[in-house]
Amino acid sequence: MDLFLQNIVNALQWGSFYALIALGYSMVYSILMLFNFAHGDIFMVGSYIGFGVATALLGFAAMTGIPLPGWLILILTIIFTMFFTSFVGIFIERVGYRPLREAPRASAAITGLMIGIILETGNLAILGARRLSFPQLIESTTYQFGGVYVTNKKILIVGVSLTLMFLLHRFIQKSKWGMAMRAMSFDFQAVPLMGISIDKIAPLTFAIGSALAAAAGILYGLAYPVLDPYMGILLGWKAFVAAILGGRGSILGAALAGFMLGFIEIFAAWIFPSTLRDVIAYSIILLILTLRPHGFFGQAHSTQLRL
Amino acid sequence: MASQEQNTRQGNKKGFRAWLQKLLAGIPLIGWISGLFAAVLIEYFLGDLISYYLGLPKIPVLFGFLTVLKKPLLMPGTIGYLILVYGLPILLIAKSLRKPANKLAAFLDKGPVSVGAVIHLGLFYGAMHFWTDLSDYRLLVLKLTMIAIMLTLSINVINGYMGEFSCSHPGFMALGAYGASTITLLLFANDKLFGDALLPEALGLYFFPLALIAGGLIAALGALIIAIPSFRTRGDYLAIISLAFLFIVKSLIENLEFIGGPRGMSSQPNYSNLPMVFIVMVLCIWIINNFVRSTMGKALNAVRDNELAAEVMTVNTRKTKIIAFMFGAFWAGVAGGLFAHVLRYVNPGSFGIQRLAEILAMVYFGGLNSVTGSIVGAVSISILSEALRPLEIYKWIIIPLLLILVMLFRPTGLIAFTEFNPKELMKPKKKRIEEQ
Repeated sequence: MDLFLQNIVNALQWGSFYALIALGYSMVYSILMLFNFAHGDIFMVGSYIGFGVATALLGFAAMTGIPLPGWLILILTIIFTMFFTSFVGIFIERVGYRPLREAPRASAAITGLMIGIILETGNLAILGARRLSFPQLIESTTYQFGGVYVTNKKILIVGVSLTLMFLLHRFIQKSKWGMAMRAMSFDFQAVPLMGISIDKIAPLTFAIGSALAAAAGILYGLAYPVLDPYMGILLGWKAFVAAILGGRGSILGAALAGFMLGFIEIFAAWIFPSTLRDVIAYSIILLILTLRPHGFFGQAHSTQLRL
Repeated sequence: MASQEQNTRQGNKKGFRAWLQKLLAGIPLIGWISGLFAAVLIEYFLGDLISYYLGLPKIPVLFGFLTVLKKPLLMPGTIGYLILVYGLPILLIAKSLRKPANKLAAFLDKGPVSVGAVIHLGLFYGAMHFWTDLSDYRLLVLKLTMIAIMLTLSINVINGYMGEFSCSHPGFMALGAYGASTITLLLFANDKLFGDALLPEALGLYFFPLALIAGGLIAALGALIIAIPSFRTRGDYLAIISLAFLFIVKSLIENLEFIGGPRGMSSQPNYSNLPMVFIVMVLCIWIINNFVRSTMGKALNAVRDNELAAEVMTVNTRKTKIIAFMFGAFWAGVAGGLFAHVLRYVNPGSFGIQRLAEILAMVYFGGLNSVTGSIVGAVSISILSEALRPLEIYKWIIIPLLLILVMLFRPTGLIAFTEFNPKELMKPKKKRIEEQ
């Protein structure tokens, strides 16, 4: 029983990473009907920018002698990194996606993949092959509830990601921009006629998605401090699976499916030998998609590929 | 009348381009191939001498890209070498053999296509034989390029002709590679994994095509896992199903200890020699080209453009989808089997997302829905990724940038939606000015 609860805690932590990244995929899809395949690498870039910001803030604190507490640095890091990384998203939209809006969907997918490779290799070329270790901004303490061990980092990770998801939900439901995004995802042909420019909404979507991925990157860096340029590939593809599983374009679905993927993976590794984790997890996903071909919250409509 | 008009239009064209067009006009394919053959022979016998006098340390292995990128000072020598050994002989021989070559082409044009194709391919194979004889590196690059052509063609059946976005190709390749390797290792080789050979090793090379076919069939069976869900869904969901398939295959192979697990399989017998790879590739191009031009190929296009309308027009969409997936997977499996025997080592890591990105890059660079495009894409990306090797990791910035540019300016790839017609290719060419 204790082990079961412990695994739930671990699954919640993994699920938060997947959910935060999957949200970015899903939001971009709901607006452009395209997936941003560079998103996993935006997560990686976010992690590196977070590393830079945190190091700079620590250096600033040491230089000026102002005793900045760890949690304040963490909050500042998250805010600054989300801000900076959103520009990466805007840049990718401008370079790779805006010219290809009318092109076959696969072309945009390839462009996204290639931008991802450029981000990875560029990172490798600039920073070299040595692995960076993410600064530990808060001291790790372990709480024990019954037989379940919960570190404060796990609470922080789940808490921060749930907060961000809640903020995103409020933004999309209540703000004017959020309303424009919802309208755009409802009908991207009629809405531009109402004076909402897709050239504004699409970069905004990319920016928000990238900011969420950056937050995931920092949280990941807190939990697993070693950064390397290829860390975004596997996590990104898995989050992409989660985004589809939730039903493409469905924000709630993406978040739930992200957590679900975390649960499936952790419990597959717990019940079966851990090397079989991927086999079991993806077989379950294959089964789900065979039974429910449009995910959990997706609308059942057939799409014609624009080719 | 029409030719008159054409002539005046050609006459109006000025400058280098017109001159070049005039220079190169009227040479049939067989002329070019004989030129290539002569150039390769010159390199084979005189290459060392020429490179010595041009101050090069050795014969430039891959058209001088590697030499120039490593030592830029050798650039003039390398360019001189390329012109002396390749440029001039090809041009001169092709030009001077224009008349007999045209006569031969006209003669072959009357006969069946297969005879002409065999003669062209035989000559081309001869050129490649001498070209690769000079260095093992060339041989390896050439074999891998041919395997890349097969992979690109087979993914084009699914992604181009049927218009799905399938991400499972490395998975099919892995199934084929492991299937074929298991058979050859079990039957014909003494190795750590399966122990002594069960059959005499001399038989191996003759059974190798059967092993390849078996690998391909295993991959085709695996494709059923994707083909059946594709009845109900397509597009992004199918992309995920195929991606999940890729992860499952890779992870499953990692977990099966009797085929080596994560360590992989090694010491496959050296059956993938140049003639074998070449013949299999030619067969692959020929069969796929016929397939996509058949009724079934048209049915694929119909399913891509509008599934409902295709169904109404009596296209059996389910059958079409199953056949396309299994057919594409079969050739991917065969290519995987060849790949395993070229490198003589496979591990699950070679069939991951990186390989997927590479294959997708080739097919979308070359062009969807086109056999010629697939060949062009596979050859250019594989040669480019070898030629830019001295740039180390910057290679992986330049190639993606190039692909992005291609996608921005030609979103369906360089040569998309064209048919590949060998008869048209091998036809005699008349100089337009002589037509008067």
